[in-house]
Amino acid sequence: MASKVIHAIYNDDDLLLQAVKQVREARYHIGEIYTPMPVHGLDKAMGLEPTRLAITSFLYGVVGFAVSIAMMNFIMIEDWPQDIGGKPSFSFIQNMPAFVPIMFELTVFFAAHLMVITFYMRSRLWPFKEAENPDVRTTDDMFLMEVDAANHNVDELTKFLYDTGAAEIKLIDNK
Amino acid sequence: MYTLSSKLKLTAIIFMIVGAIGLVIGFLQAPSNLDDVREMMAAEEHHGETSHSEEGETTFAEAEHSLLLDDEPSRNAEEDHGAEAGAHDTEHLEHTLHQLQNKPWAAVYVAAFFFFMISLGVLAFYALQYASQAGWSPVLFRVMEAISAYIVPGGIIMFVLLALSGLHMNHLFVWMDPEVVAHDEIIQKKTAYLNVPFFLIRAAIFLAGWFLFRHFLVRNSRRLDEATDNYYFKKNFKLAAGFLVFFLISESIMSWDWIMSLDPHWFSTLFGWYVFSSMFVSGITVIALVSIYLKSRGYLPFVNNSHIHDLAKFMFGISIFWTYLWFSQFMLIWYSNIPEEVVYFISRIENYSLPFFGMVVLNFVFPLLVLMNSDYKRINWFVVMTGIVILIGHYLDVFTMVMPATVGESWFIGIPEISAVLFFGGLFTFVVFNALTKAPLLAKRNPFIKESEHFHY
Repeated sequence: MASKVIHAIYNDDDLLLQAVKQVREARYHIGEIYTPMPVHGLDKAMGLEPTRLAITSFLYGVVGFAVSIAMMNFIMIEDWPQDIGGKPSFSFIQNMPAFVPIMFELTVFFAAHLMVITFYMRSRLWPFKEAENPDVRTTDDMFLMEVDAANHNVDELTKFLYDTGAAEIKLIDNK
Repeated sequence: MYTLSSKLKLTAIIFMIVGAIGLVIGFLQAPSNLDDVREMMAAEEHHGETSHSEEGETTFAEAEHSLLLDDEPSRNAEEDHGAEAGAHDTEHLEHTLHQLQNKPWAAVYVAAFFFFMISLGVLAFYALQYASQAGWSPVLFRVMEAISAYIVPGGIIMFVLLALSGLHMNHLFVWMDPEVVAHDEIIQKKTAYLNVPFFLIRAAIFLAGWFLFRHFLVRNSRRLDEATDNYYFKKNFKLAAGFLVFFLISESIMSWDWIMSLDPHWFSTLFGWYVFSSMFVSGITVIALVSIYLKSRGYLPFVNNSHIHDLAKFMFGISIFWTYLWFSQFMLIWYSNIPEEVVYFISRIENYSLPFFGMVVLNFVFPLLVLMNSDYKRINWFVVMTGIVILIGHYLDVFTMVMPATVGESWFIGIPEISAVLFFGGLFTFVVFNALTKAPLLAKRNPFIKESEHFHY
């Protein structure tokens, strides 16, 4: 964590988005932004890399698909072939249409659940986790931008941030 | 304003001429009597083709067969089958003769329906944009209007084909043959609904309804360009809502009439939806293809890659919806295994396994894997490539819906099939791009046009 940061608080998401663009244009470094709700386009404005969550989701789906095939093959064909409605029970491929709903469900199940768990781990969120946001109002109606102030003139930066529309500015010095 | 380039016009006309010549050849090549068939079959065996040499069919398959294809005038001969061994051979030849005589007609029917269905699907999509007051799509309205223009010539051609069937010019619909009905108790019970006059009246009502709704929707859209208030927009909103109600009912019945009744013994309750999903995804694909083409020629500067992205999302989503219906229909019938239902799939899997399963790859696996990635939905050549595959897949879908009942195992994609696609493809292109020249490409007074132009995702 940067030793000296400025917390600039905004009370509108459009204002925040504009401020982010201006701050980045002025070559200041934004450490983190805390918002009460997802702000559309904020990731692009901040220059964050696109998420790789979708790729993990696809891979989890493939895993779920494979698991369902192995599972149904074991349960219904190898371990205990059951005659249900006279369907061929000694061959996976001939009985496959009956397994499609299960294959679909498990694919979705794996993709969705493991993706959510991945998301929580990647965002460092788990049960009983202490909140990281520096100001409780960011869970209500305020937007907080953390700007790195270590190598900049604090007064100048403060004035600049007020000009971008910040409602409140705080200097945090972690010495 | 768009002007039809002479190159495109020439291409379309060449397609039509080549297609028309091919169709004439196809009709001339169709055998006219048993001797022709005998000759053709001998020639085929000589060439070593294996697809038709399944003389040793099991009795089971034969029984299925007669249940499925009872368009043989000699159906009562089938009943005292086995009385004479020689009679069987002639009967088989006669059977093949009828199938081969149907083949060029069925080829025309499939292609005519396929292109008609695209324009109808686009009209439904267009009405949906009005009814839902969508903000992203008004920049594409003129493209949709132009594609839906084919509904008039395409619909008239469909009606003429159905009327010709009703006049016994061909034997696509076995229930139209009084000889067949006389020996078929199941069809007899359905004659209150399945009779030629009522069939044509229904077709006329549906087509007239679609023509009228399309006419007024497009007229109001053009008038809105010059209007000073949103009167025509509100009018179109109501009209579109009315159209969608009319469309969902008429489209379902149309699919039973024009396609499902080819197998008059068989029925599926989700058939209307199944045909709808096919026409919807093909229509959206054509909107995307035409938009990308026009954009590459410098028209439609206001269409950005977010619009293409949205169309590709629809292509992806409706492809999966189509698969869902395809599989739902298949699995329930496969699982319950009731003879009168399952013949439909037996005939398709036994004789049509390549197009039947191939179209699932083209219509589901391919778009699923290619269009899953969000970024690929914005890359034009990805969308074009997937679009072409989807269109081929849905042509095959119509093909496997129509062909097994009309030409049975005597199918192959030959001169008449390809020519019919060329002919109707050329006509479709000509009508659509000609319609594009009729109005400015931007529906400038639409209340959502600003939102649509700035649409960005």
